[in-house]
Amino acid sequence: MSYPANFKYTKDHEWLKITGSVGVIGITDHAQHQLGDVVFVELPEVGRKYEKGDVYGVVESVKAVVDCYMPVAGTIVKVNSALESQADLINSDPHGNGWMIEVELADLSEMQELMDSVAYEKYLAENAD
Amino acid sequence: MKQNSQFPGASGLILEEPLIFEKSVKGRTACSVPKDDVPEIDAAEMDVHRYFRSSIDGLPEVSEVDVVRHYLRLSTWNYSLDHGLYPLGSCTMKYNPKINEAAAAIPGFAHLHPGTPEPFAQGALRVMYELQNDLAEIAGLDAVSLQPSAGAQGELTGMLMIKAYHLSRNEPQRNLVLIPDSAHGTNPASSVVAGLRTQTLPSGDDGCLNPEALRPYLNQNLAGIMVTNPSTLGLFEKNFVEFSCRIHDAGGLVYMDGANLNAMMGVVKPGDLGVDVMHINLHKTFSTPHGGGGPGSGPVAVTRALEPFLPVPRIVLRDGRYSLDWNHPQSIGKIHCFYGNFGIMLRAYTYIRSMGPDGIREACENAVLNANYIKEKLKTHFHIAHDRLCKHECVFDDKYQQEYGITTLDIAKRLMDYGFHPPTIYFPLIVKGALMIEPTETESKETLDQFIEAMIRIAEECKTDPDLVKHAPVRAKRRRLDETLAARKPILKWSPGVYPE
Repeated sequence: MSYPANFKYTKDHEWLKITGSVGVIGITDHAQHQLGDVVFVELPEVGRKYEKGDVYGVVESVKAVVDCYMPVAGTIVKVNSALESQADLINSDPHGNGWMIEVELADLSEMQELMDSVAYEKYLAENAD
Repeated sequence: MKQNSQFPGASGLILEEPLIFEKSVKGRTACSVPKDDVPEIDAAEMDVHRYFRSSIDGLPEVSEVDVVRHYLRLSTWNYSLDHGLYPLGSCTMKYNPKINEAAAAIPGFAHLHPGTPEPFAQGALRVMYELQNDLAEIAGLDAVSLQPSAGAQGELTGMLMIKAYHLSRNEPQRNLVLIPDSAHGTNPASSVVAGLRTQTLPSGDDGCLNPEALRPYLNQNLAGIMVTNPSTLGLFEKNFVEFSCRIHDAGGLVYMDGANLNAMMGVVKPGDLGVDVMHINLHKTFSTPHGGGGPGSGPVAVTRALEPFLPVPRIVLRDGRYSLDWNHPQSIGKIHCFYGNFGIMLRAYTYIRSMGPDGIREACENAVLNANYIKEKLKTHFHIAHDRLCKHECVFDDKYQQEYGITTLDIAKRLMDYGFHPPTIYFPLIVKGALMIEPTETESKETLDQFIEAMIRIAEECKTDPDLVKHAPVRAKRRRLDETLAARKPILKWSPGVYPE
C-alpha cells in the first residue's frame, strides 16, 4: 500500500491529514501490518485536549496492545465510532475508513516537525529489520 | 507428519465431548432426594419470594456419571507441567515438586482458620517468619512482607512504599518513574496506579539499558527506576550497578522486578546491585502452582530505609513467640485480606528448605545452562535477536522463516503437532515476531534434545512444506482456531439452540 503524499507521518506510525486547522489522524499501513488483526479500539472523548505525544487511544490486536500518540497538540472534535463494531477497518483501510480521530490543531506550526510520505517511507526502509 | 516415537506428540484415545448443557435430558438428575417430611408452604406467600427465579431453564439436567465423565474428559484435554515441557518464556514454568503438596496437605496447616488466635497458630507464623528470612537472604535485602498475592500486587506495594518514602522526606514532587522498554508491561501500570508518572527508556543496541539514557531525568522530580532484571529479553542488565548509583545520587530509589529471579537466585543478590525494593514471584521462582493452578504470591523485599513502610501486620518473633505486629505508623497499610496466600507460602517454604542453599544455586545454574543450550543449538535455524550469553530464557524471531511466508504463530502451532506446548510468542514487544523460550532447570538433556529436534524439523518444514506449517496444528484435538473472530465476536454465554460453528 502506498503512503498518500498529502499526509504527514510520525515515527510512531501515526498519519495526519490536514484540512484548514482540522486534522484527521490514524495509524499507518505499516503499523496495522505489524499489529496483525485489530480486534478492539479505544477512542477518546470528544472535547478532550491533548498535548503532542499524549496517548489518545489504544489499539488491541491478536498480538499486542499498543498506545496511540498525538502527532500534534489539539482538541478532539470527532472520533470514528464505526471502529467500535468494525475494528478491522484499521486493517482493511488504514489510511481511509480506518481513521481514528479528528482534531482541531492547537498550533499549525507543529506540522513542520512531521515527516512527509517520502521521508516516512525512507524512515521505514532504514528501520526495517 | 509420520508417526514417530521420537516425539511425545501422538494421537490416541482422546474423547470428544459436548458442552454439559448439550448433554441435558429433561428430568434426569444426579441424585434422588428423599421424600420431603417438612410441611409444604406456598412459596408465593414468603417475604423472600421476590428473590426467587421464575424458572431454572437452561441448567443442565444430567446424571452423576454424566458429570464425572464430562469433567474428566475435559481434564484430559489439558496440558500441564506434569505432562511435559512447558517452555513459556517469562513465566518460569518449573515443575512443582509433590513434596510441596504433601506439606500443604498436613492437616494442622490445611485446616487452620485464618482467624485462629496467634497462640494457636505458632507453626504457621513460624513458617511465614522463616520464609521471610529466607527470601530476604536470597534477595540480599533487610525485610520482607509476604502479603502481596501476585507479582503485579507486589509491584504496586513497592511503588506505594517508594511514594511513601519520598513523602516522609518532604519530597512530594518526586513522582517520575523510569521504566526501560524491556520491562514487564505491568511495571508502568503499577506505577500509575500508585499515583506516579512514568517515562520509558529505550534499550541500547545490545538489548541492555544504557546509563546515559538516564541523564535527562536525574533531578528532584525523580522517584526512582523500575527494572526487570534479567530483562524480558532474557539478558542480565550488565550496567545495573552503574545506573543504581546514578539513581541514588539523584535521590531516587531502585525497584527491581524480580519475576526473573530464577536466573539469579543463589548466585547474585539483588541487594548487592543497589536494589532498594523488589518483588519475588513464589509461583515462578519457588515452584508453587502457576497459571490456572494459582493463586499466586508476590512478596516484597526492601532495604532497612524502606522497612517502616512495609504493609501491616508484620510477623515478629519476641521471646520465642511469633505474633502479628500492627504498630508501624508509617506503613502503607494492609494490602491483602488476612496475611496473603498462606498455602502458597507453605509450598515455597517447603521448596526452599528441601532444595537448600546449594540446591537453589544449582537450580539457577541449570536454568541458565538449559536456556543457553537451546539458544546455541537453534541459533542457526532461527534468527536470534541478541546473540550473547542469555540467562533463563532466549528470544528468537521469525526473520529466517519470513521468506517462506511463515510467521511465529505458525511455528508455535506446529510445535503442538510434535507434542510440545508452544513457547511465549510476540513478547517482548521490542522484538518483532518474538518466540521466547524458557526451559527452566526442570528439563533433562533428553527432553531438551527432543524439543530442539522438533524445532529444527519445523525450520526444515518451513522450507520444504510451508503449507503444512501454515495450517498447523494438524494432529491436535482442534485445528487452527480463528483467534481474530473469537476476539471480535466473542460468544461468552451458552444459549439454547445457538452453537457457533
